Amino acid sequence: MSKLVLGRLSSSLLTLFLVSLVIFAITSLLPGDTAQQILGQFATPEQLAALRVEMGLDQPALWRYWHWLSGFVTGDLGMSASNGMPVAQLMNDRLPNSLLLAAITTAISVPVALTMGLVAAMRRGGNVDRALNVVTLSMVAVPEFLVATIAVLIFAVHLGWLPALSYVSTVESFGDFMRIYAMPVLTLCCVLIAQMARMTRAALIDQLDSAYVEMARLKGVPPMRRVLRHALPNAVGPIANAVALSLSYLLGGVIIVETIFNYPGIASLMVDAVSNRDLALVQACAMLFCGAYLILVMAADLCAILSNPRLRNR
Amino acid sequence: MSEIQAMTHRRQSVPSRRDSHRRMTQSSRLPIATPARRNKPRLKLTRWIGLTLFGLWILIAIVGPWLAPYPMGAFVSDEIYGGASVAHWLGTDYMGRDMLSRILTGARYTVGLAVVAALLSSLVGAGFGMLAVLLPHWLEEGIRRIFDTLISIPSKMMALVMVSAFGASIPLLILAAVLSYAPGAFRIAHSLATNLATLEYVQVAKTRGEGRFYIAAVEILPNMIQSVLTDMGMRFVFIVLLLSGMSFLGLGVQPPAADLGSLVRENIGGLSDGALAVIAPALAIGTLTIGANLLIDSLSNSRDTQKE
Repeated sequence: MSKLVLGRLSSSLLTLFLVSLVIFAITSLLPGDTAQQILGQFATPEQLAALRVEMGLDQPALWRYWHWLSGFVTGDLGMSASNGMPVAQLMNDRLPNSLLLAAITTAISVPVALTMGLVAAMRRGGNVDRALNVVTLSMVAVPEFLVATIAVLIFAVHLGWLPALSYVSTVESFGDFMRIYAMPVLTLCCVLIAQMARMTRAALIDQLDSAYVEMARLKGVPPMRRVLRHALPNAVGPIANAVALSLSYLLGGVIIVETIFNYPGIASLMVDAVSNRDLALVQACAMLFCGAYLILVMAADLCAILSNPRLRNR
Repeated sequence: MSEIQAMTHRRQSVPSRRDSHRRMTQSSRLPIATPARRNKPRLKLTRWIGLTLFGLWILIAIVGPWLAPYPMGAFVSDEIYGGASVAHWLGTDYMGRDMLSRILTGARYTVGLAVVAALLSSLVGAGFGMLAVLLPHWLEEGIRRIFDTLISIPSKMMALVMVSAFGASIPLLILAAVLSYAPGAFRIAHSLATNLATLEYVQVAKTRGEGRFYIAAVEILPNMIQSVLTDMGMRFVFIVLLLSGMSFLGLGVQPPAADLGSLVRENIGGLSDGALAVIAPALAIGTLTIGANLLIDSLSNSRDTQKE
């Protein structure tokens, strides 16, 4: 098993390395000169040359990549071009906020989604299943800002419970906490739950279709017990796999949600960096997101490996 | 169609040894649903809803700009964030322009860009997927590595990084979407083609001395075209979501052109008043993607391609 796991880990590391190559290539090898961008059209050639030397742009691309990558490994992410602060510090300030948002969303959506998937799988073909199918199918295709817009209309404009699209920066009570997180979390949960419930249902149905469950049915095991005692233990691996894969959706969803609700997280930092063409910050954020994505996909794979005795005991 | 029939039918689109084996075990099993439920005709309602919504938006994308009562950029009202009225069915936007006209015009960008990008993604993905099977092994591995790397970059990241480097322009947005979504198409096409390539008739064609392109186009493609088209539909939905998301962030289609995502963005200030100008374009995107999704699901009925 350790060989399998190690193989999976090293393949992820290789992918991360290749991803860093792609990100670096897009942001700095191809046309468009960073120095020109910073100084604008009217810079004199001398100014441009000076800035290029200062930023190391006169060096060959491969050397710059090496420099960037080694800086990355040692935690030196360079300086932000737009406000002169170290990239690492900017990200440090924002990262906990995003992680908290992701943690709350996960804590709420996983139990709800698993229950929905379980119920749908048990009542396959029934009215509940069909209704859930249409609802989740629609939710998967809904853009985050539509959910956010409707949430604001209901909770802020009509009911007046929450402030519309404004961020309360001080948390003094549980009420404040709720006011900050209610709508971002709700928006993220909608799509995430739909996605996860669909995958859970599919994973469970895969088991319910197998011969041993049919055997249990034929010998008269009641449906509830059939699902919970026979099928579910075998579906844990695929379901954990589905959960990890669905969570990777958070990485995309959080970009829109943080922006629309002015939430000071890492994704809104990145969107600002893109608008300002602050390349060092964009590179660092992109690597962080891609790294997180790879970790989730790897976790999904590891769940599949660990839950399968044939793979585990090899 | 009964559940069992639906399943065997679904599996027939990928004729491989593994599947024929599965089909056999399946036909030997007893049906799961009760006879009454089994014989009940399956509800076609979702298909019709999907077809109506999706067809409506395709139609609007084609003829919308000619139906628009006002020019897209014309300032026609003194009232900003106006509500629905006889003169302005969907109200007015933050500068007093007619919202209905702007949506009718903007839909062409949203649908058009996504159609082009989805076509290209499938063309690139499926093309490489088929050819990779027929190329020497080391080249196949190399192609797979490249697509595996690209699929590890979330689509919004790819688009954001590219926009930060080159600025937002329409060709760049299409390129970003293709780079993000071709790898998924490649994966599906590649695994289908790998199965197909082991079948006798492909081996016969190889022995006969047919060229790679002939085998790909005549022997393999016709047997996977249905799955490829379904997959393209899914990609269309994801690309609409990606591009309108980028426009919503202000990093997609740039003014004076506006797609539905930009319309939501520019009117977001009216949200606290519940302005129609922000709800209408958001709903427009929602109905387009939901319609497309319902239609594709009811047509394919395959759960294998839900994710990606």
